[in-house]
Amino acid sequence: MFVTLFIIMTGYLVYFNVFESKDVVNSVYNVRQDLLAERVVRGKILDRNGNILAETVTVEDGTETREYPYGSLFAHTVGYSVKGKAGIESIQNFNLLTSNAFFVEKLMNEFQDQKNIGDTVVTTLDVDLQTAASNAIGDNKGAAVVMEVSTGKILAMVSKPSYDANTVAENWETLINDTDSALYNRATQGQYTPGSVFKIVTTLAYMRQNPDYVAFQHDCSGEITEDGVTIHCYNSSVHGQENLGDAVANSCNTAFSEIGLYLDIGKWKDTAEDLLFNEKLKCDLASNMSKFSLEEGADTGEIMMTAIGQGKTMVSPYHMALITSAIANGGTLMKPYLVDEITNYKGTIVKEYMPEKYTTLMTSEEASILKGYMEGVISYGTGTSLNGQSYTVAGKTGTAEVSMDKNVVHSWFMGFSNVDNPDIVVSVVVENADTSSVTGTSVAKQIFNAYYN
Amino acid sequence: MVNIVVELSKYVMILAIAIYVFDCFAIFGYEDEYTKKSILRRQNILMFLIHFVAFLDMFLQTEEKKMLGFYGMQVFLFLAILILYRLIYPKVSRLIVNNMCMLLCIGFIIITRLSYSLAVKQFIIATGALMLSLLLPIIMRKVKVLSEWKKFYAIAGVILLAVVVVGGQVTGGALLAIKIGGVAVQPSELVKIIFVFFVASSLKEDKSFKNIVITTAIAAAHVLILVVSKDLGAALIIFAVYLVMLYVATGQARWVFLGLGAGSVAAVIAYKLFNHVRVRVLAWKDPFAIYQSGGQQLAQSLMAIGTGGWFGMGLLQGAADKIPVSESDYIFAAIAEEMGLIFAICLILICVSVYIMFLNISMQLRDNFYKLVALGLGTCYIFQVFLNIGGVTKFIPSTGVTLPLVSYGGSSVLSTVIMFAIIQGLYILREDEEEDIERKKAKQARVGRSGSRISQSSEREGTGKRKGRASQGTGRRRTSDGRRMPQGERYSEKSEKQRRTGKA
Repeated sequence: MFVTLFIIMTGYLVYFNVFESKDVVNSVYNVRQDLLAERVVRGKILDRNGNILAETVTVEDGTETREYPYGSLFAHTVGYSVKGKAGIESIQNFNLLTSNAFFVEKLMNEFQDQKNIGDTVVTTLDVDLQTAASNAIGDNKGAAVVMEVSTGKILAMVSKPSYDANTVAENWETLINDTDSALYNRATQGQYTPGSVFKIVTTLAYMRQNPDYVAFQHDCSGEITEDGVTIHCYNSSVHGQENLGDAVANSCNTAFSEIGLYLDIGKWKDTAEDLLFNEKLKCDLASNMSKFSLEEGADTGEIMMTAIGQGKTMVSPYHMALITSAIANGGTLMKPYLVDEITNYKGTIVKEYMPEKYTTLMTSEEASILKGYMEGVISYGTGTSLNGQSYTVAGKTGTAEVSMDKNVVHSWFMGFSNVDNPDIVVSVVVENADTSSVTGTSVAKQIFNAYYN
Repeated sequence: MVNIVVELSKYVMILAIAIYVFDCFAIFGYEDEYTKKSILRRQNILMFLIHFVAFLDMFLQTEEKKMLGFYGMQVFLFLAILILYRLIYPKVSRLIVNNMCMLLCIGFIIITRLSYSLAVKQFIIATGALMLSLLLPIIMRKVKVLSEWKKFYAIAGVILLAVVVVGGQVTGGALLAIKIGGVAVQPSELVKIIFVFFVASSLKEDKSFKNIVITTAIAAAHVLILVVSKDLGAALIIFAVYLVMLYVATGQARWVFLGLGAGSVAAVIAYKLFNHVRVRVLAWKDPFAIYQSGGQQLAQSLMAIGTGGWFGMGLLQGAADKIPVSESDYIFAAIAEEMGLIFAICLILICVSVYIMFLNISMQLRDNFYKLVALGLGTCYIFQVFLNIGGVTKFIPSTGVTLPLVSYGGSSVLSTVIMFAIIQGLYILREDEEEDIERKKAKQARVGRSGSRISQSSEREGTGKRKGRASQGTGRRRTSDGRRMPQGERYSEKSEKQRRTGKA
C-alpha cells in the first residue's frame, strides 16, 4: 500500500518537474534567478514579427549591457532589468536566464568557461501597432490597450508619458520622483473615471433587471432634475424620443440618469462584479482593480452620476478592454497574455503559451444586444468619425469630467473592429484631452488604420 | 576548472546512486550468496564514491581545510560501522546496514553544505547513536520478556508526551521539545518506538473486543496529547501505525475503516480548531498566494526543486540555504535543488527499499510480538518518509516531520538508528530461529536412524543449502547411507512436517 503511494508521489514529482516547475521557478520570489545570470547571457525579447525589443550585448572585455532598440516605446510592457525588474523582463526572468541550447554546445561552453546564451522570449506585441498607438496619443498623457479578441493576445499596450528603458539606472532618481509617474503603467494600473463608457455596464444592469428593456422610451430635453440635482447632456444636446439603443448611441446623460434611478443598487453592483469590478484582474503585469462602490441608500445625485460613469467608479483601460472583448466574443473573455512562446536562441520552440478562457462575463444574447447598441454608436451616434472605413467598428465613446472645469476631460474609446467576426479590441484613454485635436476615438482610428493597412 | 569538476561530479553522483538503487532491488533476484556479497560490496564502494566526490566538490569550492578532516572522520565512522556490525553480528542484514549508512551519508553531505557547524553536531550525535545501536541486538537476544511489559510501554509513552505539554518549548508553533541539561530533546521521536512495542505486546495474543477497545483508547490518548501539543506529524504517524498494526493483528478491515472514519472527523475538527492547521492547508493549496503569511517555506521549496531540475545545480551552486529549515524538515528540497531530482528520486527509492526489507523481515518472523514490532516500526518509518517528502513537494499539506536519518536533528537520528537496530535484532533473532530448527533437525536425523525418509530430507537440506553443524552431521550420514536424494516435491512436504515436529 505504501509502495503504491510512493509510486504515485514519484509520478507527481516527475509531473511537477516537467509541467509545473517552469511557472514556479519564474516566481519573483525565486532568489535563484540571480545565480543563473553568472552562467547565462540574458536572452532576447522579440515582438511577434521577430523585431528585437531587448537584447544583451557583450563587448570584448565581457561587460554586458541590456539594450532596448525602441527606447521608450515598450518601456511599460518589456520593462527593465536593473534596479529591480519590471514587465516581461521580470516575469520571464527565469526563462531569459535559462539556456535550452543544444546540450553538446552547452557542455562545450561549460568546459571553455564561457556563458551559455539564454532563451528568447517571443511576445505577442506588434511594433507597428504599438508605434501607431504611441504616435496617436502623442505628447498627451494616456494609455491604450490593443488585444486580439479570439485569443486574448495583447498586441499593443502604451502608457504615456514613457521613459527610455536604456537609461533607467542613470535616471533612476528622477524617475522615482517624477510627478507625472512615468514608471507607472497607466494601461493596467491607471485609475480613471470611466465617464460614458461605463454606460455599457449600466445598460447591461438595466437589461438584466427589466426583461422588457426593448420597450424602454425616454424623451430627452437636454437636462434632468431629481431632488435638486440637475444633469445635462454633453454639449447641451437635446436628443428627443429615444429607445435604449438610441440612448447608448447618443450617450444620453438624461436617459441614463433616469435608468440609474430605476435600478436596484444591489443587483446593479452584482452586474458590475460579474464584469470583474472589485476584484483583482488576471494580468501578467502589475495591475489595479477597478472599483464600483455605490451602496444601497446612496443619494439621488450619486446614483445618477454613477449611472453615467461619473461618481466614485474607477477603472483601468485594461479592464475596459476585457469587457469589450467579452462583448465582441459572445460573452466569453479570453485570458489576456503577453508572451507567445519561448524558444532557444536559435529559434527552436521550448514552450508555447496557448489561449485560455478567462471566464464568461455575460450570455451570448446579452453580448449580441450590446454589440448592436455599440454599432449604433458608430453608425449614427457619438462615434461616427469611425463610420465608412474599410473595416467595420462597434464601440462606445466617453468623456469623463474630472474637475469643475468642464474643458478638462478624459477622452475614452472602447470598441472592436470587423463587427461580424471581431479581430481586435481597442481601449483608449487620453487624459485632459484637448478634444479638438485628439480624442479616444481619434487614437482608436489610427490604431485600426495601422492594423488594416 | 573547478566549475567543470562540479559539473561532472554532479553526474558521477547521480550515476553512482542510480546503480546503488538498482542493486538495492536487484539483490532480491539472486540466490547465490557470492553474488549477493559482491553486490553489497559494490554498494559500499558506490557510497564511498559519492561521499568522496561530494566532499571534493565542497572542498574545491570553499578551500576550507577543515572539510578534509571532517571528511576523514566520516569515512572512519562509516568504515567502523560497516566492519563492526559484521564482526559482532555475522548474521546482520547487510542491505539494511548499507542503506542506513547511505542515508546518513547523504544527510552529512547536504548538512555540511548548508551549515558546517550543524553537520559536526549531527556527526557527533550519529556516532553516539550508532555505537549505542551496536548493543541493541544483543539486548534483544538476551531479554526475552520484552513482550511482557505492556503496561510499562503505555505509561512511559503517555508520560513522556505529557512532559512536553507541561514543560515543553515552542518551535514553529508546536510544542516539540523539552530541555534536559541544555540539550533540547524531542520525546515524541522516542515515543513512536515505545508505542509500537506497546501495541505489539497488547495485540500479540489477546484479540478480544475488550482488549481492542482498551488498546485503542490508549492509542487515542497518545494521539490526543500530540494534537494538544500541536505535533501533528507525530500524531498522524501514531495514528497510521496503529491502524496498520491493528489490521494485521486482527485481520479485520472493519477496524481500519472505522479508524479512517474517525480520523477524517478528527482532521476536520483540527482544521476548524487550529489556526496553524488552516495555514498549512492554505499554503498547500497555493503557497505563492500567501507567501508572506505562511506560504514562504513551501514556495521556496518548490522553487528550489524546480530550479534544480533533473540534474541539480551542483553542490554549493544553488540557493538551498535560502529555504527555511532546509537542514531539517526541508532537506529533501535542498537535495533536489543541488543534487538533482534524479538523485532525490533515488533517495526515495532507497527509503522504499528499507521499508520492503523491514516488511520482509516481519513476514518471516514466527513470533507474533516480534512480527508486529517489525511491521509497526516499518510503517512508522515509511509513513514518516511519506509525510516529509509529500509535504515538501506539495503532494500533501506539510506536517513538519523530519526525513529519518537524512534530516538534521538529534532526537530524530537517535530514534531512527535505534529503530534500525531493533529491526536488525529481529533479523538476527529470525536467523537464530532458523538455526535452532536446523539444529533440532540435525539432532533428530542423528538420533532417528530407523526413519530413513527423514534422514534423506535432512540430508538434502544439509548438503544443498546449509553449512555448519547440520551439514557436518548429515555429511557423515551420507557416506554411511550412500543413498541419493528423493524428488523435490516429496521433500518439501516432508520437511514441512518435520519443521512442525521440530517446533513442538
